[in-house]
Amino acid sequence: MTEALTADLDSRATRPGTVWRRYLRRPAGVIALAVFVVIALIGVLAPLLSPSDPNFVTLSLTKAPPSAAHWLGGDSSGRDILSRLIWGTRTTLYGALIAVVSGLVVGGPAGVAAGYFGGKTDRIGTWISDALQAIPGMIILLIVAAASGADFTIIMIAIGVFMAPGYFRIARSTTLSVRNEPYIDAAKVAGLTDLRTMSRHIIRAVYPPIIIQTALTAGIAMGMQAGLQFLGIGSAVVPSWGAMMNDGFRNMLTNPLLLLWPAAALGVTIAVLAIIGSTLADLISVRTDRATRRQRTAATRRRTAMAGSGGPASGRTVYDIAGSAARIENLRVSYAKGDTDIEVVHGITLDVAPGEVLGIVGESGSGKSQTVFSLLDLLPNGGNAVADAIWINGLEVTGLSTAARAKLLGTQIGYIPQEPMSNLDPSYSIGFQLVEPLRTVHSMRRREARARAVAVLERVGITDPERVMRSYPHQLSGGMAQRVLIAGAIAGRPSLLVADEPTTALDVTVQAEVLELLRELQAEYGMALLLVTHNFGVVADICDRVAVMSNGHLVEVGDVDQIFEHPADEYTAALIGASLDESESRRELDERHAGHPAADRMAAAPAGASTERPASVVAEHSRGVMSR
Amino acid sequence: MLRFTVRRVISGAILLVAISIAAFFLSHWAFPNPASAILGDNATPSQEAALNSKLGLDQPIITQFFSWIGHAVTGDFGTSWANSRSVTGELASKLPVTLSIVIFATLISAVVGAAFGIVSGTRPGSAIDRVVKMAAVVLFALPGFWVSLVLVIWFAINLKWFPAVGYVQPAKSFAGWLDSITLPAIALSLGAIVSVAEQLRNAVVRVNGQEYVRTLRSRGLSRGRLITHIVRNASPAALTVLALQFVGLLGGAIIVETIFNLPGIGAVTMSAANSADIPMILGITVVSVLFVVIVNLLLDLLLGIVNPKARTS
Repeated sequence: MTEALTADLDSRATRPGTVWRRYLRRPAGVIALAVFVVIALIGVLAPLLSPSDPNFVTLSLTKAPPSAAHWLGGDSSGRDILSRLIWGTRTTLYGALIAVVSGLVVGGPAGVAAGYFGGKTDRIGTWISDALQAIPGMIILLIVAAASGADFTIIMIAIGVFMAPGYFRIARSTTLSVRNEPYIDAAKVAGLTDLRTMSRHIIRAVYPPIIIQTALTAGIAMGMQAGLQFLGIGSAVVPSWGAMMNDGFRNMLTNPLLLLWPAAALGVTIAVLAIIGSTLADLISVRTDRATRRQRTAATRRRTAMAGSGGPASGRTVYDIAGSAARIENLRVSYAKGDTDIEVVHGITLDVAPGEVLGIVGESGSGKSQTVFSLLDLLPNGGNAVADAIWINGLEVTGLSTAARAKLLGTQIGYIPQEPMSNLDPSYSIGFQLVEPLRTVHSMRRREARARAVAVLERVGITDPERVMRSYPHQLSGGMAQRVLIAGAIAGRPSLLVADEPTTALDVTVQAEVLELLRELQAEYGMALLLVTHNFGVVADICDRVAVMSNGHLVEVGDVDQIFEHPADEYTAALIGASLDESESRRELDERHAGHPAADRMAAAPAGASTERPASVVAEHSRGVMSR
Repeated sequence: MLRFTVRRVISGAILLVAISIAAFFLSHWAFPNPASAILGDNATPSQEAALNSKLGLDQPIITQFFSWIGHAVTGDFGTSWANSRSVTGELASKLPVTLSIVIFATLISAVVGAAFGIVSGTRPGSAIDRVVKMAAVVLFALPGFWVSLVLVIWFAINLKWFPAVGYVQPAKSFAGWLDSITLPAIALSLGAIVSVAEQLRNAVVRVNGQEYVRTLRSRGLSRGRLITHIVRNASPAALTVLALQFVGLLGGAIIVETIFNLPGIGAVTMSAANSADIPMILGITVVSVLFVVIVNLLLDLLLGIVNPKARTS
């Protein structure tokens, strides 16, 4: 769990002053810190606070109930419990301090060195750290205790050594993460020596997680210390909570209070340390959690109120409802940020007919991806879409439940993502990922589903589908993975295909092939294709109509030819200009690849002219990239 | 997969050998004169010399080492210096008790930790998520023996649901055995449960935000199917923590055994340490590390099954 608490740290978010101010705004953290300060003061001031000598035996005080002279009564040997509790605080804190310091001294610098130098230093350090974690510490501690004659300081140092791997791992991973930051390189270039680089920059990044780790380590060290004392290890004259718990345990049935006080003291001390550590970890982590349900409901209410009242929708519809595969009316998308909403799509209207290819074009951040994710009902966390209506194959879906919307996916709507490698589940074989939806969503039998999966893989131009079925995503090239994703999107025979920048992440030569494939599939199945892209070259290649988006508005909708020849909007003209430059460089690149089958084909058949199936060409190419 | 397995077995064996060597020399260094520890302060030098020669302590340390490790690899850890019993026999009778509660505790941590981790990970920010998080923070740091004391008082003494102390052989009564190890195992497992839950929760939240999960959704998979995908991808972190916890549980068991008066290796370890019984100390250390190595190996294999990248690269 230490790792969990410190995994998402960001050194940039950790200026001491701001962290401290934010810490004071956390009630749990403040209370825990206050309690800990009190405990620490009790420990430090024990000689002044303790009402009597913790080891002084008064026979009449044996198991005595609380009284005015002895607030907590006496233990089984007739010693004042309150005094022993106060001195025990001192012992506990002193032991924890030794353990923390020795753990830090052993693990911290070693971790920084391992992370900074890497290579052999790292391997040796990590191996020793792992080995230390494989040894049951309690057994070794018992031996250390026996061999050292139960010397308290030596035992606590040994506990510290066993806690060192925690510091080692944290220091190592934090150093690794900052080592390659530009400012470390800059320091190297500036001629700083390794030692100075480390002390200046890396220490600054490493210390926040180290502080959190220290809070946890101190708590665990206290637990181990008390455990050993509970077993009867340690000097009898040193008052300790563990020894007191032992005394209480032996008299548990007759005098439960003897156990209560030290157990409560230990429990509270460890708990406040844990809360302090967790609060700090929360403050310097950059993890953003999903909005709470209450925030979401409030946001939805605001949006529903806003839906009708917004400004006029941009864009227009061309077909009637019955004649469209998808139709969006006045769609608005917003994201909750704290208590306010940030609207990223400001009311757009568009539609696409069966067998038609509609391109949605715009720069990144124009809201085009948000639009299609709203259509799919797959907006990221915190995102919310409202629309006057969304029609999918004649069905109005805005009133449907999330589950009902989900039922449209994979059956009526297929989705092709942008980045092929991060859109396949790395833990499952390609075959499994293709067959699973066919079996569970389309209720196919195993053999039928397998046959369909192999068939679609063949259809998207994969030559040895059997081998690809057995492969895992990390064994495929990007182009292959994108074909697999296309196969997955069309396997359920959807009537509407939504593709989000399907070629952007691919090599230039593969891009053309994938576009060609999409166009063929769309024509073959008579699907409506909604294609998101930032590239007018892609639009020219494949689209019938185009909708141009900018800053959450539709600036222009029209036929491709018309928009290319007479862009009505300046922004459209600028985008076309930029894209043409890009596609020219692509042509140059193709020429440089002269002799390459794909390039030959591209050169021979200008965009839009070819309708013949390029399966063999594609296969040639994909075999080359498969073996990796 | 075979190469992967062989590599893991070899690295586990190296770790075991390295720790055995370290343990041997460290224990002889820690107890430089075991004869006087065994015979007491009143022994004469000639008595000590006789015992030293009987135990082979007059031999050079290297000779002693090879003699010990030569026997150890055959499973013979020699005889106890304190009571002349076979170390292997002693371990064979005591270790099952300790392992029962440790393995039981590991299973509880895995199942309960996974349940909480998945529930809170799929509903981040919900009430149950916050409760699990708070419990994780506090229970993680509280020592098992402290929890044991609370459980003993509450369930065994106040509610009388379980026997407070004692151990029942499973051969004698399986139900009795289960009763006798349930409280100790629960006490031991609480810290591990919350560690596993917290780890899995964070991993589930992280995986849930991955693009491939959105793509899986777009294929129309049911919620149950999606959770299966998410949990499989999230499990490595939790499995690693579980293996780390096993070591801690083994150590924690020693104290928990004392509280529940279970005849495990805890009492043996304490008396061996106090009487400088080096063969017994070494036997306990090597066998516990052996179990840790086995658990780590099982974990690696499990990770290999869960994560094809670890296995195929």
